[in-house]
Amino acid sequence: MSASIVIFYILASIILGGGILAVTAKKIFRSAIYLLFSLMGIAGLYFYLNYEFIAAVQIVVYIGGIVVLIIFSIFLTHASGKDMEKPKLISVIVSALAAVFACAIVISLINNYSFVATTNTAIEPTVKNIGRQMLSTTEHGFILPFEVVSMLLLAALIGSIVIALKPKTEA
Amino acid sequence: MNEIGLTHILFLSAILFFIGVYGFLTRRNMVTMLMSIELILNSVNINFVAFNKFLHAGKLDGTFFTIFIITIAAAEAAVAIAIIIHLYRSSKSIDVNDADLMKF
Repeated sequence: MSASIVIFYILASIILGGGILAVTAKKIFRSAIYLLFSLMGIAGLYFYLNYEFIAAVQIVVYIGGIVVLIIFSIFLTHASGKDMEKPKLISVIVSALAAVFACAIVISLINNYSFVATTNTAIEPTVKNIGRQMLSTTEHGFILPFEVVSMLLLAALIGSIVIALKPKTEA
Repeated sequence: MNEIGLTHILFLSAILFFIGVYGFLTRRNMVTMLMSIELILNSVNINFVAFNKFLHAGKLDGTFFTIFIITIAAAEAAVAIAIIIHLYRSSKSIDVNDADLMKF
């Protein structure tokens, strides 16, 4: 057992434990906090795989953005100290069986598949390499999706403001 | 089991994906369903990064897909929460079984 393996299993237990608690917690606010731990573990996994930029994006966007947004929406819509309504027992059993069996199928498929790695020289996923390729206009550049995504973000921004506006009371 | 390889990370992301699916099927509350969707999207991101690192190290495509998925997930969460807040204003509940505004 080297340190690397131990770190991987610690990260995996944080991710999976946080995930399981997030989908089973009784109080909705606790559920959001467990989700935060799970996302933090995933950022740690990206650090573990040496994808520092993705890890930073994960922390900034998911932990700093989406979880905070979810917590705000909980405060706007719930009495967050109360327990949530329990799901029906039959639905819990059926969903758990479906998830477990599908998971077993996927795991056995992965276990029996032999993956073939490329022999090309590796490109380091540094910020420099990512930025150069993302904004390049040559064949392998990602400038067009970049611009399309910026339009999408603008549309989502305006759309969410319009949807969440208070309707004008008729005078 | 001497080294952490691709299969370990794929097992992790598969289990996380089905945890998200379980949450999506059992929860009847829109905010918690949105959290389950975030778990599912994150497991997909882990897959992209792992495939990029272990199988296609000569390209950065998995990295770009992960970045775009994170961006689109943020936009999706913002719009979904706007819809949830609007629904709460109009019907005082965000339970999916109570939402019948668009029922014909």
